[in-house]
Amino acid sequence: MNLFLETLIGGLLAGTMYSLVAIGFVLIYKASGVFNYAQGAILLFAALTFVSLTDQGVPAVAAVALTIAALVVLSVGVERLVLRPLTNRSPMTLFMATLGLSYIIEGVAQGLMGAQVRAIDLGIEDVPIFLGDILISRFDLIAAGVAGALVLGLSLLFNRTRIGVSLRGVADDTRAALSIGIDINRIWQIVWTVAGLVGLVAGLLWGARQGVQFSLSLVVLKALPVLIIGGFTSIGGAIAGGLIVSAAEALAETYLGPFLGGGITPWFAYVLALGFLFIRPAGLFGEAEIERV
Amino acid sequence: MKHLILAALLAGTSLVTPTAIQAETAQYIPLPTYRTGPYASSGELWWAGLLDYFRYVNEVEGGIDGVKLNYEEFETEWSPDRTVEVYERVKNGKDGSPLAFFFTHGTPATHALLEKAAADHIPLIDPAGGKTESIDGTVFPYAFPLLFSYYSQATTGIAYIAQKEGGYDRLRGKKIATLYHDSAYGRETQAAVAKLAEKYGFENIQIPVADPGNEQSPQWRQIRELKPDWVFLRTWGVSTPVAIKTAARFGFPADHIIGDVWAGSESDVIPAGKAAVGYQALAPYPGGSDFEIHRRIKAAILDKGKSDLRDPKFFGAVNYNIGLVNGALAVEALRTGYARFGARPLNGEEGRWAFEHLTIDPARLKEIGFDGLLQPISITPTDHEGGGAARIQQWDGAKWVLQTDWIKADTDLVKALVAEKSAAYAKEHKITPRNPAAETDPS
Amino acid sequence: MSNPELILAPGAARVPPHGPLLVLAAGAAIAAPFLLSEYWINAIIVPFLILSLAGLGLNLLTGYAGQISLGAGAFMMVGAYATFAFQLRLPGLPLPLALLAAGAIAGAAGLVFGAPSSRIRGFYLIVSTLAAQFFLEWLFLKFPWFYNGNSSATIQLPAGLHVGGYSLETPHGRYFLVLATVAALSWAALNLVRGQTGRNWQAVRDMDTAAAVIGVPVRRAKLQAFAISSAILGIAGALWAFAYLGSASVQSFGLMRSYQILFIIIIGGLGTIRGAYLGAAFVSILPLALDWAFQFAFRGHVDAGLLQNLQKVIYGTLIIWFLIREPEGLARLLRRARR
Repeated sequence: MNLFLETLIGGLLAGTMYSLVAIGFVLIYKASGVFNYAQGAILLFAALTFVSLTDQGVPAVAAVALTIAALVVLSVGVERLVLRPLTNRSPMTLFMATLGLSYIIEGVAQGLMGAQVRAIDLGIEDVPIFLGDILISRFDLIAAGVAGALVLGLSLLFNRTRIGVSLRGVADDTRAALSIGIDINRIWQIVWTVAGLVGLVAGLLWGARQGVQFSLSLVVLKALPVLIIGGFTSIGGAIAGGLIVSAAEALAETYLGPFLGGGITPWFAYVLALGFLFIRPAGLFGEAEIERV
Repeated sequence: MKHLILAALLAGTSLVTPTAIQAETAQYIPLPTYRTGPYASSGELWWAGLLDYFRYVNEVEGGIDGVKLNYEEFETEWSPDRTVEVYERVKNGKDGSPLAFFFTHGTPATHALLEKAAADHIPLIDPAGGKTESIDGTVFPYAFPLLFSYYSQATTGIAYIAQKEGGYDRLRGKKIATLYHDSAYGRETQAAVAKLAEKYGFENIQIPVADPGNEQSPQWRQIRELKPDWVFLRTWGVSTPVAIKTAARFGFPADHIIGDVWAGSESDVIPAGKAAVGYQALAPYPGGSDFEIHRRIKAAILDKGKSDLRDPKFFGAVNYNIGLVNGALAVEALRTGYARFGARPLNGEEGRWAFEHLTIDPARLKEIGFDGLLQPISITPTDHEGGGAARIQQWDGAKWVLQTDWIKADTDLVKALVAEKSAAYAKEHKITPRNPAAETDPS
Repeated sequence: MSNPELILAPGAARVPPHGPLLVLAAGAAIAAPFLLSEYWINAIIVPFLILSLAGLGLNLLTGYAGQISLGAGAFMMVGAYATFAFQLRLPGLPLPLALLAAGAIAGAAGLVFGAPSSRIRGFYLIVSTLAAQFFLEWLFLKFPWFYNGNSSATIQLPAGLHVGGYSLETPHGRYFLVLATVAALSWAALNLVRGQTGRNWQAVRDMDTAAAVIGVPVRRAKLQAFAISSAILGIAGALWAFAYLGSASVQSFGLMRSYQILFIIIIGGLGTIRGAYLGAAFVSILPLALDWAFQFAFRGHVDAGLLQNLQKVIYGTLIIWFLIREPEGLARLLRRARR
């Protein structure tokens, strides 16, 4: 029973790390209808920029500011050179374009900042904490706290600021938003920057765990089932999806793995997502689309 | 766009290539590399070591017996498919030089090329990798998994654990868990560990980690439940630092984890930070820059600004040293071949003869400056490994510290297993094992 | 998935066959191996043809029937492993039949993972195909039966490629095997999309609710597309493994392969047969051409790591540029050029 509880709690806590990655997708999908495969590359780019700067002796606060500046440049560039010319194209074309974009960003990041693995020390000592017999990771606890704070910040941004209101307008009805004079291109730039910022946070946390290196961009594969379960358009869904996927993966690997020979996590999340899709085709929190003939 | 493609096609087929080295005397050495993609962090240093050594041989020693090395890189991102394409592109040599051998730089690529290279008579060189049973040169005449096969890695790892425990007899009743990357590479040691478990009576626990392995809590929770005495870590890429960090999180001591060759470089431990202090790894390629060859290369290449290394901090890193050692194996083999066939570019058959007669004894190791960095090597037509030993190094938080001298693998066990597997392969592929004693040399 | 541009695309169906052109192409294809070097055949032409076939397979599903798939690699994998199993365990079965049987098995796999398409639509369907991708990768690596317990988990044909005692293990043999297969399947696919099946698929693609209203069996058409597409992908996978690589592992058919095939049809042109060929030419030759150009221009002058990354950046840029400039792919570009 303890093993079960521990696996469940550990899985849920680790899930916030998945959610962080998924939130970046949700933001962009909501605002521009793009399933942004390059989110992983952006995450790598942001974390690598930050680490390269701190390695040069730049203080952390300045490094964050400079990284944000770099993300703004990137977002404006993406909006001008990729999104704007591709307006009104099929979701698949946009998806492919972001795949191309990920090549560009990865190439730039690795080419300019080197391929070497960097360590980030966030000052979180990852020693086990015990609740009775149950082991809990301090790192995961803190990561969960960060994710919570981030979601709070984002909801403030969306609900309390002018930008946020226009943004929701764009997400709800692009044409109406345009007709009342919302500058949709500006909104896209802002959203991509915010998604990049979320990527930075996720990149730093994942980076602290596995080092800042190319593999960071592979965490997108973890985010996809999370998105399917939570829906592409809901931040709350991304959180719930992350928790569900991670906990289910942990439980499956522990209890189901031994019968199947182990190593089942890569596909288990997708099969789980498929199951959810059958029950709720638009995800747990997604908005069902009405199809018109 | 069209012009670009056209220009490129012309460039590709044209005979004019910007090679600084005289065509008629240079030995052509193509190098499939990966400077981009997930494994670039190891690759970048690896090619730096290799290129620096070739440069050193060319510039300081004037080539090998006067024959310069004409090396050329091809990016593959570690994809076996792209390595196959490169192989096809280069297998007929270049600028009048045939191909004496082909470095695959990755176990999957070696597997993909095994048959092709055998048919084309081109030796495949994949030190400390490759298909384990291809040590048997009678069935695999053109495969050279030099230095330290996967079975040797397993037996040496267990030998070190036995040494730490106070002898093989103390292994009885102990639990040794192998955490492995769930791939052909990761599983390659299973047969050897199973045999050892039978022989010494320890409990053999095998736990897979699926690629890429950036979340390993379930695996380490399982390890915490099973309480093994030692963990043999056979991961690759990002799964290594994640394993070390997760071990710390679950309270498993780092100094009871033994990493294998491909889990024992700076790239593997630096991201794990403090959690990696005390972690040990098998080192057929020890880290460190205090070896004689480093002194020579520093003076002739690094200090003159000719090094391929982007950041001099990594001079003497494990991956850099892999490049140096592999470079030395190739150069010494070519030297052996030139002594036999004359100082001119060798073809694949001559290359095979050269590798099959490669001997680097301790005296020679001293001469070429590799004493302590490379083990004595003796390759024969029947034994394409020729080494089978590793040192153990331990990470102290800043650098690798060598713990032992060369620890030999359980050669008898390895040989028996290899014979069994290669016989099965020969049967499946209808290969009649060759009899080296009855062969005549190519000339 | 209702894309008005796609409805307007005339497609290959309405272009009358160019008799003389066809003869010329056939002549060139037969003469090619005698004019080109072994490198060109082994490393460029053969993979190009196989990728074209794979593109063709996926194009039936995605381009014609409008079902997005990120699992092309998975179905290629099924075909390769099935061919291996047939050749190993039924050595009497001639290679062409083994390929067909492997295609059937891949088609069955396509049916299984395509089944959710009746409930799940549009972009969400990628989950089903991604599940196929990851599950099949795991399956073929996990159970030694699939690779006959080979210590390196790779598969290669036990007796090589041969038809009726005649070995095809030469550059020409491989080339003609691939050429014949690709030509036959292209011809079959062309007939298929011109017939009722193809019209049903396009109706489903353009608006599946409406298609149902006018009496198109939507569910059946979708499943049919999954099965036939996967069967062609499966045969392409078997050729990729045994006629190009020589041996294969699950790695040869990973997610990047699936993306590559999708690239081929998007760049080449969705919903056209020739698009698959054009797209395959683009993705298989462009990286090589870039590599050559760079080697030629910069070798030795610029840091090699930077150079490789720059190449990757250029590749990505060209993809985006193409998507922007030519929404309907190279097939459309070619049509315009001809007018």
